[in-house]
Amino acid sequence: MKFQRINALLIRHLYLMKRSFPRIMDIFFWPVMELLLWGFLSVYIQKLKIANLNIVTVLLGAIILWSLLQSAQQSISVAFLEEVWEKNLLNIFVTPLRIIEFLFSTLFLGIIKIVLVSAVLGILAALFYAFNIFQFGFSLIPFIIVLLIFGWAIGLFTMAVILRFGTSAQVLAFGFIFLIQPFSAVFYPVSALPAGVRHVSYLLPSTYVFEGMRAVMAGGLFPYHELVLASAVAGVYLVLVLFFFYKMFGWVKQRGLLMKLD
Amino acid sequence: MPDKNKTIIAVNNLRKEFSGVAAVDGVSFNVYEGEICGLLGPNGAGKTTTIQMILDLITPTSGEIQVFGLPMKRHREEILGKMNFSSPYVSLPGNLKVSENLKTFARLYGVKDVNGKIAELVDFFEIRELLPKMTSSLSTGQLTRLNLTKALLNDPKLLLLDEPTSSLDPDIADRTRKMLLKIRAERGVTMLYTSHNMAEVEEICDRVIFINHGEVKDEGTAEALIKKYGKEDLNDVFLHIARQNN
Repeated sequence: MKFQRINALLIRHLYLMKRSFPRIMDIFFWPVMELLLWGFLSVYIQKLKIANLNIVTVLLGAIILWSLLQSAQQSISVAFLEEVWEKNLLNIFVTPLRIIEFLFSTLFLGIIKIVLVSAVLGILAALFYAFNIFQFGFSLIPFIIVLLIFGWAIGLFTMAVILRFGTSAQVLAFGFIFLIQPFSAVFYPVSALPAGVRHVSYLLPSTYVFEGMRAVMAGGLFPYHELVLASAVAGVYLVLVLFFFYKMFGWVKQRGLLMKLD
Repeated sequence: MPDKNKTIIAVNNLRKEFSGVAAVDGVSFNVYEGEICGLLGPNGAGKTTTIQMILDLITPTSGEIQVFGLPMKRHREEILGKMNFSSPYVSLPGNLKVSENLKTFARLYGVKDVNGKIAELVDFFEIRELLPKMTSSLSTGQLTRLNLTKALLNDPKLLLLDEPTSSLDPDIADRTRKMLLKIRAERGVTMLYTSHNMAEVEEICDRVIFINHGEVKDEGTAEALIKKYGKEDLNDVFLHIARQNN
């Protein structure tokens, strides 16, 4: 694996980002809108004093972590779609670039976007709601890393499906993440879900992350159990999705569809 | 001049089926060092599929491809590092500047002196003034020169050119052909060339391979084939071969 080739693709996307206002907005707009909407709503609910729990803290934490998961997933899917939209896949894959290098370039791009989103949301949350994500020390960091891994796994999955079905499946790049949101116990505990639905919920690493986040915010012992389960499930998904992606790439090469992807 | 002792591409009994139908059916040919070899045939003959298999974009059903004496299957990275591809049908990202596109591909090919190599090539192709422009704003002729610039970034020993002059006006097409001959003369680059313009093929190719219905129908110099089929020019030879078994 050559870092220079990974770097080449990474810089190629940064060229685009620095000049394109809509692309910059795309990174920040939705996370900021969600932060504002849910943030002000939670401040209002807090004022009603219907619970002892600090709703502002819990909801803002959930919104920020959810935005990071969403950014991790979309950065990968959209980086791939950029190449499809620009019909650049042939140019890229006739270079010595390996698939794993291509994937790593999208992962690094994701990290850059996530750092930017975290910074913006962190500043806004501090300004508007006096919320400091580091008030819990670094306890949330391992959970954020697991979310990134899960986000990459979903991003790779959508990329593989787009490879297989073409851009008619591109809606998944933007919508798939919302399919898992209700089951991930983002804004409420798993116990709030109907018993049957909880089984689905426990299949998602994001569920353990958000349960863990609430445990961290509630104080007390660090939720190792949730962290271990979240890491294990996310790791399994990443391996399965990598296998699926390579299978799909091979399938597309067999059928000569790589260049017909539109 | 071509060196028949040094094979650059060796395609042996190559076959590709799509849903049980053979698009390429037992194709075998060699391309030699320093040669400009035309791969000709009507639409749907199997040229593009063959080229895409040489580029490892399509997996063959059976058969073998060796480039620089190495099997593509096991030496993809090494082989692709020494070859390049250009086609007017494959555009570089229009939303990047010309300089950004060239830098991206120079890095992808592991070029050591990125700026130096780009400077050398933009002078060669006389496109220095295009560097700050958006790629989407270029004319067809400028895009062709940009594609060729990209194709030479890694000092390739082999160039696959898919209809490089299609959609160019006669003046630009002529300049492009002269440029390709200059590249061959100065850099000794071997080229596999597809085109539907038979006059152009006669002018530029040392040898041609005719493919139809996924099979090699004939090969030789344009002159020898014209003589063999008793035709006036390569265009008539093309029509004769293309209409066989139709």
